[in-house]
Amino acid sequence: MNLNRVKHIILKEFIHILRDKPSLAIAFVMPVMMLLLFGYAVTTDINNINLVVLDQDMTSASRALIQAFQNSNYYVVTGYEMSYTGVKNEIDAGRAKAGLIIPHGYADKLSRGEQSPVQIVIDGSDPTVARTVFNSAQLLGQEKSAELRLASLDRAGLAQKIPAGIDLRPRVWYNPEMTSLRFNIPGLIGLVLQNITIILTAFALVRERERGTLEQLIVTPVKPRELIVGKLVPYIVIAIIDVALVLGIGVFWFDVPVAGSTALLLALSAIFLMSALGLGMFISTVAKTQLQAMQMAIAILLPSVLLSGFMFPREAMPKLVCFLGYVMPLTYFIEILRGIILKGLHLYQLWADVVPLTVFGVAIIALSSLRFRKRLD
Amino acid sequence: MDWAIEVRDLTKKFDRYTAVDRLSFKVPAGKIFGFLGPNGSGKSTTIRMLCGIMRPTSGAGTVTGHDITADPEKIKQNIGYMSQKFSLYEDLTVEENLSFFGGIYGLKKQELAQRLEEVLETALLGTKRKALAGILSGGWKQRLALGCAIIHRPQLLILDEPTAGVDPVSRRVFWDILRELASLGFTILVTTHYMDEAEQCDLVAIMYQGVLEGFGSPAELKQEWQVNSLENVFIAMVERHRSLSEEVKV
Ligand SMILES: Nc1ncnc2c1ncn2[C@@H]1O[C@H](COP(=O)(O)OP(=O)(O)O)[C@@H](O)[C@H]1O
Ligand SMILES: [Mg+2]
Repeated sequence: MNLNRVKHIILKEFIHILRDKPSLAIAFVMPVMMLLLFGYAVTTDINNINLVVLDQDMTSASRALIQAFQNSNYYVVTGYEMSYTGVKNEIDAGRAKAGLIIPHGYADKLSRGEQSPVQIVIDGSDPTVARTVFNSAQLLGQEKSAELRLASLDRAGLAQKIPAGIDLRPRVWYNPEMTSLRFNIPGLIGLVLQNITIILTAFALVRERERGTLEQLIVTPVKPRELIVGKLVPYIVIAIIDVALVLGIGVFWFDVPVAGSTALLLALSAIFLMSALGLGMFISTVAKTQLQAMQMAIAILLPSVLLSGFMFPREAMPKLVCFLGYVMPLTYFIEILRGIILKGLHLYQLWADVVPLTVFGVAIIALSSLRFRKRLD
Repeated sequence: MDWAIEVRDLTKKFDRYTAVDRLSFKVPAGKIFGFLGPNGSGKSTTIRMLCGIMRPTSGAGTVTGHDITADPEKIKQNIGYMSQKFSLYEDLTVEENLSFFGGIYGLKKQELAQRLEEVLETALLGTKRKALAGILSGGWKQRLALGCAIIHRPQLLILDEPTAGVDPVSRRVFWDILRELASLGFTILVTTHYMDEAEQCDLVAIMYQGVLEGFGSPAELKQEWQVNSLENVFIAMVERHRSLSEEVKV
């Protein structure tokens, strides 16, 4: 490896990037935008579900039930309807996701100590919303019943006779408020970095092939590994700036602090970047045109969103699908990011992800150098 | 005798189509060697095999003393190449293009700075050293491509249609530079369509449909075909081919 030669390639590559506005935008604007967009859009926490109410009972008891729904924070009452059809119309039109129907005689039945049916109608088209409504409504119902039962026992002077039961005290670690943002940000950082690096490097060689400068390059004594390394270095520098940028937004804007060592996080990010950039470079040695390169990049990026565990827990995937995730560097990096940012893990707890990531990176760069032939046929 | 290029039965087939058919010739060092032939006659394919970026289907050859199939990387250090679509980095300046290629050929800082000045002077590029290559006109681009090819002082310069699509004045200027380089001891292989350029070569090869139809100095060729210009050699050659293929049809 002739370092002087590599230096000249690095220099030239930097000039290309700095003089090309779209490249600069991809390098520095896209990561910020993607993180902000995803950060706000990708959330599975659901509250403020629109609720339409049909209160046929109109008693203080029925009003107390409605109030209980509102107090839960899961619901916002958007309107009161006078008929079942009215409720149906609201849900059909999408103005409400759920309807609460309290029939005549709700209070009467309660006071007589009978079971008092209440109906909750759910728009099931979005299963996440539907599940939240289902669970929260059930919970509210149980709470309310327990409260009523207790009150009547109390009146009978029997309250102290009920068995104490089990006192289960759940304690949630790492993400006590269980907000999905906290869980998503580390994965998002990995995803954004992967996308930027692969997109940038996928074009690195193809562009020269299309413009005809590659023919000029391969008649020089430059070695394939010098060319690959020289072209990768500028992107590594850019990607490290991106790591800092994206991590900064995560910490300061989204309030997701790094529980573990930031230095370790940066070091392991560098290993991931090597794999992702290598993958982009590999695409560049395979693709004949920039369009092909783009298509190949997308063919890698899209499945990685689904398979890496960024969106869906890998534990729940069928074996084969889960296995596919293991061939993507993002899968390991997301484990590392979540481990360090959320749990504060140390290097010795992360070997299982660091080793495959390193092997992948070295292998893909070596493969790109081998694939790159200094010939036209 | 020191041969800059020596090929024996050099052949290149693309699938079943033979682009270069059993080519054999020798070019002595220090000469301007013109490679003539109509479009598609196999000139670029031959050149690519000589540069070591395309493998011959059969046959052998040496360039600057190194084998084209066994040692292509050694050849690359000794030659300067200008491909037919002279491809420069348009977003780099004249100087940046030159120093990039200088660096790739292994020139160190001080030597590079010195060669840069020499090339700017030889290729008449000095006044636009800070201009982006993309905004240069045809003649300037072509001289820059030449500059990039000679920055490392190669023994052999291989130029594939360097003057295609360039105005007559620029062509004249370009050939003046080539003759100056030849006088400094460079061996030059140049392909061209223009017969006035061919007349200025020391040695000429004429290709037709992948086959070498004529080889020698312009004077020798004219004598052989009993005509007064290379243009007429060319026409006579094409005509003979046409009548031969008519005979075959009949
Ligand atoms: N890579 C290739 N694949 C298939 N055919 C090719 C390739 N390169 C050149 N040819 C064919 O070989 C013939 C000679 O081409 P070329 O060497 O470029 O001719 P010239 O440079 O004399 O115009 C042409 O018919 C061309 O179409
Ligand atoms: Mg050609």
